[in-house]
Amino acid sequence: MALYKQLALGAGLAALLSTAAHADLSGKVIGFSQIGSESGWRAAETSVTKAEAEKRGVDLKFADAQQKQENQIKAIRGFIAQGVDAILVAPVVSTGWDEVLTEAKEASIPVVLLDRGIDASQDLYLTSVASDQVKEGRVAGEWLVKTVGDKPCNVVELQGTVGSSPAINRKQGFEEGIAGHANITLTRSQTGDFTRAKGKEVMEGFLKAEGGGKSICAVYAHNDDMAVGAIQAIKDAGLKPGSDILVVSIDAVPDIFAAMAAGEANATVELTPNMAGPAFDALDAFLNGGTVPEKFIITESKLYTPADNPQGEYEARKGLGY
Amino acid sequence: MTRPTVELRPAHEPPGHRHRPWAEALLRPQFLALAAVLLVNWLLFPGFFTITWQDGRLFGSLIDVLNRGAPVAILAIGMTAVIATKGVDLSVGAVMAIAGAVAASMVVAGWPAGLAVLAALAVGLVCGLWNGVLVTVLQIQPIIATLVLMVAGRGLAQLVTEGSIVTFSDPLLIFIGTGSVLGLPTPVVIALSLMLCATLLVRRTALGLLIEAVGVNRSAARFAGIRASALLLLVYAFAGLCAAIAGLIVTGDIRGADANNAGLWLELDAILAVVIGGTSLLGGRFSIPMSVVGAMIIQAMNTGILISGFSPEFNLVVKSGVIIVILVLQSPMAASILQKRRIKGGRA
Repeated sequence: MALYKQLALGAGLAALLSTAAHADLSGKVIGFSQIGSESGWRAAETSVTKAEAEKRGVDLKFADAQQKQENQIKAIRGFIAQGVDAILVAPVVSTGWDEVLTEAKEASIPVVLLDRGIDASQDLYLTSVASDQVKEGRVAGEWLVKTVGDKPCNVVELQGTVGSSPAINRKQGFEEGIAGHANITLTRSQTGDFTRAKGKEVMEGFLKAEGGGKSICAVYAHNDDMAVGAIQAIKDAGLKPGSDILVVSIDAVPDIFAAMAAGEANATVELTPNMAGPAFDALDAFLNGGTVPEKFIITESKLYTPADNPQGEYEARKGLGY
Repeated sequence: MTRPTVELRPAHEPPGHRHRPWAEALLRPQFLALAAVLLVNWLLFPGFFTITWQDGRLFGSLIDVLNRGAPVAILAIGMTAVIATKGVDLSVGAVMAIAGAVAASMVVAGWPAGLAVLAALAVGLVCGLWNGVLVTVLQIQPIIATLVLMVAGRGLAQLVTEGSIVTFSDPLLIFIGTGSVLGLPTPVVIALSLMLCATLLVRRTALGLLIEAVGVNRSAARFAGIRASALLLLVYAFAGLCAAIAGLIVTGDIRGADANNAGLWLELDAILAVVIGGTSLLGGRFSIPMSVVGAMIIQAMNTGILISGFSPEFNLVVKSGVIIVILVLQSPMAASILQKRRIKGGRA
């Protein structure tokens, strides 16, 4: 559950899909070792990667590691033996990669890391494509600052799983975003474990503890699923989510756009499933022009509000396997 | 035929001492623990006992405790029966996910909701029977036998939902999760009815006695003419059915089947509720209503933590501290000390 949260967030999918049109990678064979399919986001990342590869004429060799590092190492060794042109890896854990990545380096096969970093020498991989989780939280905080203006605003926070990196970073980012605005105060913060059910239960508790919710101005959830649960709790308490209590969250999954279209959510920050697009671009420049890309490619943390055609976004995303 | 009252009174209690059975029952450590947890909640949050009437239903923290505790209470009802036979069912959390996934996928595919609910219950029953067959026919130890479905079941649920959260807007499923009957949330009504039916069934018939007999000594029970295998099959099937009901509730509650998270780790909460309720993991003595009280203690604690404003890093520390205190209070040693005190006080 917490796994998919360790991912990064980024650029507008539609924009990337349309700009990355040059097909200079056509005919190249690229191996992709995916973690597994533990979450909807992961499934979306897999389907977007396949679509990006097909669009560029890449022959993508896909390997599902079922959340096991040994499977990923086996897959990478398999790719090396097949003599692929490049390897994409979404690493399941951060340690233990030195040996197999050295083998890839000796075979002169560039490796690109997707959405998670590793603890290994930086010369063992070409680049890593990931989002900035702190920035995700900051974008959400800045949206709230802009939206409430000078009015006093008590915010309740639904944290991710205690101790997980997205929970820590998204909390820190949000606090940075609202820093210096004394009218916005974080009054309550509890973990909803990134799930709908816990998000709903925690929000119910907050609503009771804050005088039936009348003193709550906004709820900030570390992911959209908890926000969807909170929206139901707000409705059960006889209040209107989206107007009585503002709802801002992170991820941009289809269901939050459905809520936004119904006027029940106010903003979400996208964690793009398109990590492969920038990775293919970097490989294209490297394999065809010899340009060494930046070591860390950070994807965009795009803010979506009801002004961004939520119904259309919902329709566009629901087929991606979220 | 007189009803068996195996667990109602400690064996070493002096006869003729039953002048106020209700007062005696209320002095059990479980009720004291529940009262203490509720009291602490009230101290942390003075509005804890406030209940208002809103949109045709009762609304308040106490109602939240009942409502949020209902799924674990329902699991605990089934788990009590299993544990009384000296077994355990680790698969109930995964069965919840399967049942929810089946019901949600069926209504989304256009099947009538009533049929989807029946199908989910049937699936739960089949999962329970599977466990029962592993335990009785293949003679696998219950903890291993049910571990199979605990691990594989969540995968099955993910297969049904294809890895995503299947959302729906079907009124019947939503009613099961979030509706209300006479002002009480539907899950509470379901849990209470199930508790009453199950308790009457085991205490007003010989069923409870047979379950206890099998739990104490399966071979002896079989030699005494009890069809132990059939009884075990029945008990595991009942636990599966309870899990399916709980699965329907949590699915209806969030209007979606979340195969990754529905019922995750709830088997452990259910076992804890049964243990807090005083049922022995070694089989035999059991009490369904006390397991439900155990579930309520756990939930009162969870709700208390949510409204207390503690930072979430403390959640598990607080929870484990309270549980240790409760279990120490229930330990045979504490019971014998209390017993001596009570006898002294009573005679003085």
